[in-house]
Amino acid sequence: MTRYYTKDHEWIAVEGNEATVGITDYAQGQLGDITFVELPEAGADVGIGDSASVVDSVKAASDVYAPVSGKVTVVNAALEDEPELVNTDPEGEGWLWKMTLADPAELAGLMDEAAYQAFVAEL
Amino acid sequence: MNVINPAGWRPAMGENVPGTPVQTFTGNRALQLEEALLFELGSADRSGVDFPATDTLDLAGLGPMARSDIPDLPGLSEPETVRHYTRLSRQNYAIDLGLFPLGSCTMKHNPRLDEKVARMPGFADVHPLQPVQTVQGALGVINELAQWLIELTGMHGVAMSPKAGAHGELCGLLCIRAALEAKGDPRDVILVPESAHGTNPATAAFAGFKVENIPATDEGRVDTAALIARLGPDVAGVMITNPNTCGLFERDLKVIADAVHAAGGYVYCDGANFNAIVGRVRPGDLGVDAMHINLHKTFSTPHGGGGPGSGPVVLSEALAPFGPLPFTARQADGSIRLIEEEQAHEDHPQAFGRMCAFHGQMGMFTRALAYILSHGADGLRQVSGDAVLNANYVLRSLDDVLDAPFGNAGHCMHEALFSDDGFAEGFSTLDLAKGLIDEGYHPMTVYFPLVVHGAMLVEPTETESKAGIDQFIGAMRSLAQRARAGDELLKSAPHLAPRRRLDETLAARRPRLVYREG
Repeated sequence: MTRYYTKDHEWIAVEGNEATVGITDYAQGQLGDITFVELPEAGADVGIGDSASVVDSVKAASDVYAPVSGKVTVVNAALEDEPELVNTDPEGEGWLWKMTLADPAELAGLMDEAAYQAFVAEL
Repeated sequence: MNVINPAGWRPAMGENVPGTPVQTFTGNRALQLEEALLFELGSADRSGVDFPATDTLDLAGLGPMARSDIPDLPGLSEPETVRHYTRLSRQNYAIDLGLFPLGSCTMKHNPRLDEKVARMPGFADVHPLQPVQTVQGALGVINELAQWLIELTGMHGVAMSPKAGAHGELCGLLCIRAALEAKGDPRDVILVPESAHGTNPATAAFAGFKVENIPATDEGRVDTAALIARLGPDVAGVMITNPNTCGLFERDLKVIADAVHAAGGYVYCDGANFNAIVGRVRPGDLGVDAMHINLHKTFSTPHGGGGPGSGPVVLSEALAPFGPLPFTARQADGSIRLIEEEQAHEDHPQAFGRMCAFHGQMGMFTRALAYILSHGADGLRQVSGDAVLNANYVLRSLDDVLDAPFGNAGHCMHEALFSDDGFAEGFSTLDLAKGLIDEGYHPMTVYFPLVVHGAMLVEPTETESKAGIDQFIGAMRSLAQRARAGDELLKSAPHLAPRRRLDETLAARRPRLVYREG
C-alpha cells in the first residue's frame, strides 16, 4: 500500500485499483475539534479536485477534495456517531471514504510522505 | 485610559478570591440574577391566561382532533414570564451596553431618531394587503430610499424586497442567470475569491452554480491575474466582496470588471461592507452589475438578534430588466419609479419573479431613510471616513502586541485584522476572545477570514468615541500581553461571566435541542 498526499491536506492510501481517503494529522490539528462529517454517497463519481466531503469543526466548515478521479465505494459510517475519530486517528480509524481509481496516472501529481512533511514544515 | 470605577468595584470580593467563595442561598450575586429554564420554573397549575372552564365547552365537535393529553407547555403567570426574559436579557450583551467589535457585522449605534420615525403609526401599523391608496406615504418612503440607494451606488435600478444580505446575493445571482438565459448563453460557473464573504460560495451553490475559488495574494487581496486567467465561456460571473473580509479595498475591481464583461460574464459585489466607502466610491463606476446593500449595517437599523435585516439589491443597466418584482428603476424621463406586478407586463416584462410576498422590510426602510436624511450627503461621507479612521486607529494601536498579517498592505478600511502569531505555545485566539468577555466586551469575530491563522477581525464602527476605543484598546493590549506571556488563567476565561467557558465541541457534537425532564 502506498500513501500519497495533496496540498489541500488530504491523504490517499492506494492498493492496486482501490484507495482510502482521509485528511492529514496536520489538517485535523488546524481545524480543531471536528463536530460533523458530511460524507459522499457510495456509488458517486468524483472528479479530481471535486469537493467530495465537508468536515465541520468548532472553527470552520471545510471542503475535502477528491485527490484523484474515481467512484466512491464505501464511506466511513462510524463518523456519523463519532466524528472525533478524525481528530484521534486521522490517518487510520478516521478515514472518510474508499474509492476505485479512474486513472492511476493522476497519482503522479501527488506528494509522497517526505514531500508532504517538507511542504507542511514550510507553512 | 478609563478604568471602570476603581474605588467602587472590588474584584477581591466574593468568589474571585481563590479559596474563599461567597455562597448565597439563591445562587444570585447581588443584582446579577441566576435564572432557571422556563420549563423548570413552570407548573401546570399556573397560567397567565384566564381560559374558560372546559366543562362548558362542546368538545364533541372536535372529533378525533380533541386532545387526550395535557399539552407539554410551561405554566407561568405573566409577571413570572416577564421577569424570566428580563433576567435573561440582563445576562446578555447589546450594542446599547457597549462597544460590539464584531468584524464584518457592523454593530453600530442605532440613532433613536430612526426608532422614533419607524414607530410612527402611519409606518408601523400599515398592512401589506390594505388598499394601495391608503399606503401612498409608505410607498413614497420605499421610492425615496430607492432613489438614494441608486444615487449612492451609481446604479440603474434596485430590488428593495430581499430580506437580508444572503437573500440579496441570491437575488443578484438569479438576475445574472436570467440575463444569460435571455441571451441564449447559459453558463454554470461562479468565481469566488478567498477574500470574499463566506456566504458568497454558499449562495452560488444554492443558486445552482458550480463554485470555483480564486486565491488571495500575500497582501490579502484577490489575485487579479489568476482570476482573469480563469475567465471563459463557462463563467457566468464573479462574486467579489469590496472592501473584502481582510478589511482591504479591492483596488483592481475596475480592471477585473472590464475583463469579466469582455468575457461575457457579470460582476456581483457583496456590499455588506459598503459602510466603509459610502459617499466616496460608487460601485457602478467600478463596473459592478449587482450589489446588495445591508441596510442593517450601512444605514443602522437594529440587527444581530435585535431586529430583521434588509438587503436591497442595486442593479446595472444590463441586469435591471431582470430584477424581481416589485422593482424600482430609472425611467426614460430620468425619474425613479416603483413598478408593481400590475404594471409589469408593460413596464418590466423580463422580471425573473419575486423574492418574497410583499415589498420587503418596511420597518428597516423607514429607519434607513431617516438615517440617510438626518446625515445628509456630507454626513454619510463622514460616516465612512470616521469608520475607516477608527479601524486604522485600532490597527496601529495594537500592531506592536498583536500580529497584523496585512499591516504592511497599507491602510485598512473599516475593520482591523489580526492573527494569533506570537501567542505562547498552547494559547489561541479563542482564549483571547473569552478573556474579552471578562473585560466586559462582546468578543470580536474569530477564525474568520479563513485565510488568516487564528483570525481576529475587529470593527469598531464610527459611532464609538475616542475614549471608548481607547478603553477597548487597553483591554486588548492587556489580553494580548497575557496570551504572549502564557498566563494560564486566560486559558480558562471567562471567570467573571454568569457562565464559565462552555464545551463548544460537546454542544456541537451532541446538541440537546429539546427540554426533557430528568
